[in-house]
Amino acid sequence: MKILVPVRRVPNPDIKVRLKSDGSGVDTEGVNFLVNPFDEYAIEEAVQIVEKSGGEVVLVSIGTADCEETLRAGLALGALRGWLVETSEVLDSAAIADVLAAVYKEESPDLVITGKQSVDTDNNQAAQMLAAKLDLPQACFAFKVELGDGKATVEREIDGGLDVKEITLPAVITADLRLNQPRYAALPQIMKAKRKEVKKVSLGDLGVEAKSATKILGLSQPPARAAGQIVGSVEELVDKLVNDAKVL
Amino acid sequence: MDFGLTDIQRMVRDTARKFAAEEVAPIAAAMDKSAKFEMSLVKKMGELGFMGVAYPEEYGGAGMDYKCYAIIVEELSSVCASTGVVVSAHSSLCCDPIYKFGTEEQKKKYLPPLLSGEMLGCLGLTEPGAGSDAANQKTTARLDGDEWVINGSKIFITNGGPAGVAVVIAVTEKEKGSRGLSAFIVPTDSPGFRVGKEEHKLGIRASSTAELLFEDCRIPKENLLGKDGDGFKIALTTLDGGRIGIAAQALGIAQGALNAAVAYSKERVQFGKPLAAFQAIQWKLAECATDIDAARLLTYRAAWMKDAGMRFGTQSAMAKLFAAETCMKATREAIQVFGGYGYVDEYPVERFYRDAKITEIYEGTSEVQKIVISRSLTSD
Repeated sequence: MKILVPVRRVPNPDIKVRLKSDGSGVDTEGVNFLVNPFDEYAIEEAVQIVEKSGGEVVLVSIGTADCEETLRAGLALGALRGWLVETSEVLDSAAIADVLAAVYKEESPDLVITGKQSVDTDNNQAAQMLAAKLDLPQACFAFKVELGDGKATVEREIDGGLDVKEITLPAVITADLRLNQPRYAALPQIMKAKRKEVKKVSLGDLGVEAKSATKILGLSQPPARAAGQIVGSVEELVDKLVNDAKVL
Repeated sequence: MDFGLTDIQRMVRDTARKFAAEEVAPIAAAMDKSAKFEMSLVKKMGELGFMGVAYPEEYGGAGMDYKCYAIIVEELSSVCASTGVVVSAHSSLCCDPIYKFGTEEQKKKYLPPLLSGEMLGCLGLTEPGAGSDAANQKTTARLDGDEWVINGSKIFITNGGPAGVAVVIAVTEKEKGSRGLSAFIVPTDSPGFRVGKEEHKLGIRASSTAELLFEDCRIPKENLLGKDGDGFKIALTTLDGGRIGIAAQALGIAQGALNAAVAYSKERVQFGKPLAAFQAIQWKLAECATDIDAARLLTYRAAWMKDAGMRFGTQSAMAKLFAAETCMKATREAIQVFGGYGYVDEYPVERFYRDAKITEIYEGTSEVQKIVISRSLTSD
C-alpha cells in the first residue's frame, strides 16, 4: 500500500509567537520549526500500516527550501521518500489542496493521511478540500484506523461522542491526537533520512496555479487581559455581574 | 567559521530534547529521591541510538559525530544530570577506549551490546589512593597461563553497579611506574568480580557510584586492552574525550537551571511586577546566559576538534573547567531567582544545584584541568 502524507513546517508551538512590527506576519527570527505535531501522528499511522502490511510512505511538503528539513525529520520517522513543492507564496487551504491534488495524481496512492490541522493557522480545511477536489471519501479526526480489503474503518472523535465510518479506498484520513503514539526519530534513522530521496518541484512543474483566494491583510496580538478583581461577598459579585458586566 | 548546527545535529537535538522532556523529566525528581536509576531508560535510549552515538554503524553505533554526542548529553542533563552522566560515562569512559584501543575481535565482541544499550559500561580507574594522582594504582594484574588475575579495588565508579563491562586499569609491572599500568576489559560476570558499596551522594543521586572489588578475578588473556604497559596512556586519552561529555553535562544542567529561572522570573510577581522586570534579576539571567553560551562554544569546539582528528586535550580541559564553573554559578543564581521556592524540592533548581558540584570534581577536578591547560602553555 502506498500512503501519501502531507506534512507542514510549523513554528515550535511551545514558544510565544511574536509578530513582525508591521503586522504582516509572524516574526520567525530565532524560532525553531518542527513537523506539525498532528502530522507526526499521520506519519506514525502510515508507517505502522506499512510496517504491518508492506508498501511505502511518501511525504509531501509545500513551502520554501527550508521545508526540506521538515521532510527529513519526517523521513527519520520511517517514511521512504518525499516531495518538496517549492514556493515562496503563502498559500491558503484551497491552494494547498490544489497542490496536493496534483501530487496525488503523480503518485496515485491508496491512501492519504495527514494531521487534522496544522498548529500554526489551525484552519482544519486542506484535507477536506483535497478530498472534495479529488472526489474521494474522507474521514477526519481519526483516533483508530483499520484497513480491510479496499476499505478502511475509521473511528472518529466528534462533538458529543464517537462516530465510526467505513470508507472505500483511496480515501483521505486526518489524524487526531489519540490515533497512536508517534515514535522518536532514532539516530540511525536520522542518518538514513539524510540519504533518502526528496524530489524538488515547482508549482509550474506540477502544472498548478495554486492561486490563493484569501489573503492575510494583517495580524495583531489579542488585547492584553485586563486585571481581575477580588470581590468581598457573593452579593457584590452578583451586583458586579448584573450592573458592571451586564452578563446576568 | 560556522557556528550553526548541521541538519543532522539539529534533528538530533530535537529528538533528544523531546525524549528528555517526555520520558526523563517526569521521573527525574523521583529517581533523585530514591537514588535509583530507571533502567528501562537505558533500553529506550539504546533503541534510539543514544548509547552509541559516535561509533560506526558496523559495531551497532549510530555513526554520528562527537558533537551530536555532546548535544545528546547536554539535552538529557538539562532535565536530569544523572541520565546525562549514565550516557556520558558509558560512552566516553567505556565504549571510547574499547573502540580506540581494542582489537577488531574485542570491538566486535563488546561494542554491539554496549552501543545498543543492552549493557552499560564503566571505567575502573579511581582507587582510594589514586584520585587526581591516577598513576598511583594499587590494583594488580598478573598473567597466569591463559588468564589475567586481577586483585584490588576501585572506588567512585560511575555506572559501577549496573555495568556489564568495565574497562579496568591495573598495575602489571610495578617497577615501571605509570608505564607499568595496563588496561583490561572485564565483563562483570567474571569470577572474582563483585560490586561493593554504593555511595550516597549530594547530587547525581540516581546514577550509580560504586566500589568494584577484584578478588582473584580471572579474565581471558585476550582481554588486555591495547599493549601491556599502555594503561596510563589509555586512561589519559580516555579522560580527554570524557571531559567533553562532562562539559556537555555541566552545560546541560546550567541550561536547565537558566530555563527554569527565566520561566519563573516571568511568572512570579512581587511588588506588583514580575521578577523579570527587576534589573537585579535581569542581570543575573543575562550573565548566566552569556556564560552558558561561552561554555557551549568551548564544548562544541572541543567536540569538533575531536571529530576533525586534531589534538583536543587542552581544549576539552578548558571546556570542562569553564562549563563546570558556569554550572555552579547558573544553578546558584537560579535558586536565588526562585528565593525560598528554589530551596525546596517543589522546583527542580535545588536538584540542579546539588547535581552541579560533581562537574567540578569527576573526570579531573578543576585543579587538574588547570594543570592540563597550563602544561600546554609552559611545556617545551
